[in-house]
Amino acid sequence: MNKLERNFGEFGGMYVPELLIPALDQLEQAFLDDQQDPGFQKEFLDLLKDYAGRPTALTKCRNLVSNPNVSLYLKREDLLHGGAHKTNQVLGQALLTKRMGKSEVIAETGAGQHGVATALACALLGLKARVYMGAKDVERQSPNVFRMRLMGAEVIPVNSGSGTLKDAVNEAMRDWSATYNEAHYLLGTAAGPHPFPTIVREFQSIIGQETKNQIMAKEGRLPDKVIACVGGGSNAIGMFADFIDEPSVQLIGVEPGGKGIHSGKHGAAISGEGSKGVLHGTYSYIMQDAEGQIEESYSVSAGLDYPAVGPQHAYLHSIGRAEYVAVNDDEALRAFQLLASKEGIIPALEPSHALAHALKVAEEASDGTLIVLNLSGRGDKDLAHVRSIIGEDYKGVK
Amino acid sequence: MDRYQQMFSGLSEKKEGAFIPFVTLGDPDKETSIRILETLLESGADALELGIPFSDPIADGPTLQRASIRALNNSIKPSDCFAIIKKIREKYSSVPIGLLLYSNLILAKGVDEFYQDAADAGVDSILVADAPVRESAPFFESAKKSGVKQVLIAPPNATDETLESISLQSEAYTYLLGRSGVTGAEVAAEMPAEELLGKLKSLKVAPPVLGFGISKPEQVAKAVGAGAAGAISGSATVNIIEENLDDVTAMLKKLSHFVAIMKKATKLN
Repeated sequence: MNKLERNFGEFGGMYVPELLIPALDQLEQAFLDDQQDPGFQKEFLDLLKDYAGRPTALTKCRNLVSNPNVSLYLKREDLLHGGAHKTNQVLGQALLTKRMGKSEVIAETGAGQHGVATALACALLGLKARVYMGAKDVERQSPNVFRMRLMGAEVIPVNSGSGTLKDAVNEAMRDWSATYNEAHYLLGTAAGPHPFPTIVREFQSIIGQETKNQIMAKEGRLPDKVIACVGGGSNAIGMFADFIDEPSVQLIGVEPGGKGIHSGKHGAAISGEGSKGVLHGTYSYIMQDAEGQIEESYSVSAGLDYPAVGPQHAYLHSIGRAEYVAVNDDEALRAFQLLASKEGIIPALEPSHALAHALKVAEEASDGTLIVLNLSGRGDKDLAHVRSIIGEDYKGVK
Repeated sequence: MDRYQQMFSGLSEKKEGAFIPFVTLGDPDKETSIRILETLLESGADALELGIPFSDPIADGPTLQRASIRALNNSIKPSDCFAIIKKIREKYSSVPIGLLLYSNLILAKGVDEFYQDAADAGVDSILVADAPVRESAPFFESAKKSGVKQVLIAPPNATDETLESISLQSEAYTYLLGRSGVTGAEVAAEMPAEELLGKLKSLKVAPPVLGFGISKPEQVAKAVGAGAAGAISGSATVNIIEENLDDVTAMLKKLSHFVAIMKKATKLN
């Protein structure tokens, strides 16, 4: 049986074929061993510091917020090596892979950010990586495909199903069920079967820990609101983890509203019209039809384009500890431009969703409100895509 | 005695194992699906193992994924699947019928309601592909209420603890995995699975039936010879459907031939 709790309230669990249970139990044990092992902890923290560039900065916005008495801070995961928060937990899982005596890594990727993080960690630690990526995404995200290949990863296009992230996860799990003796499945978000949601949260929780220390040093108090975008939910849970037991801190997860919840074209599993069910081994909020067939999600941001959400977010929502809202493509695109033009930071489209909501919140907030936003990644990967949407003859944000 | 018990005891008297073909319900469409099931039974299949099409079948290889997609493209719903089973049950009152499907289809309907619908349609057993022993409790409860038997999978890498739970909770038969990986005829079952069979026998499990990677009569003969109560062949059966989509008559003829030779291989004498 499990040594760690595998559920978050009614959510979570291990809804996978019996065949995968021994591999998941082995992973749970390796994780527990490493948590107790000062050598592992030191190696992990050294890599985060000297290789990935932690701690990342906490930057106060100078121009973006119109009310001068409301402060908005950005946790700069965009400055992390690899360009997004993904690197944190990938380094942790890559070390676990070695600890388990495995030499190969399987990963899935949507936009390619998790694939790139996996490729860099595997190059560094001498592991052989193969990354499943929907055939449509391989086409849309060709710079990231080249990055992964440069760093020695094999990129395998997935044609089955809708040819996007959901199908890449399916294919990675299928691969793993034949290769678990040699290979670790390095899942990219705080979803999937236990123990992944717990492991990913723990390895990402450094985001919230640093943020807490930094904001205490700068402001001498905890923030009033902590905001992060939620696809599967790894950057958000990493940011939230250290604040969950601080009841004065309001936690807000921002899901992709796509073309609007009522259009049906979105990826908002909690705040949209999602219902409870099982996808990719975990019981959570998912997007499905009345018969339980999984629906395809949609978002302008590939990193949020996932028809489910991590089980701990489902739980935090169910007990009212965190609030989940949806932000549409248009609002996110506008926030993307605003941050670039007002602060000189080009964010990824994923945290642009969180930013759009933070700006709404800031406008309505009373004087003295302190807001922290997790800027989970940088926007280089999105430049071509955004340019194709807002036009070649861009003259500034409207 | 329930239908599985009757089947296994009858076969064991004749010194035979069970041959159980697997197909996805509604593949390629409702009418053809019914004709396929009739053909399988008329050609000697001892029982049927049937899938309900699902959008994200993580335990299935390409052949069964495509079967799901064909059925879903024809808008096959679980209710259509139950209607197909009802038709078969009316005609074949004693043949055991099992379902093999994914948990979300059950959860979406409501666990109790789904099992009751299955029982009403004439289903004897349900195997939930993505519900391992430690998540099986709610399904087992509803199964007991409805009278449908629970079937669990015993994989080659299971711990003794897991095998023991399986021995207590797998009722109609035990689905013995011939190998790791996903469904598919491309990678053959590792034969013989004698060590696992021995362990299971000593735990007094429900009759072990070997599946995954079974596509040839020699494999069936080996499985039964090694002490399995039968063999399940899914992807090899579905491959015949897929290769003959434009000629149903040829499809049924080839299915009939396939079942006949696979069934023949279950006879020990």
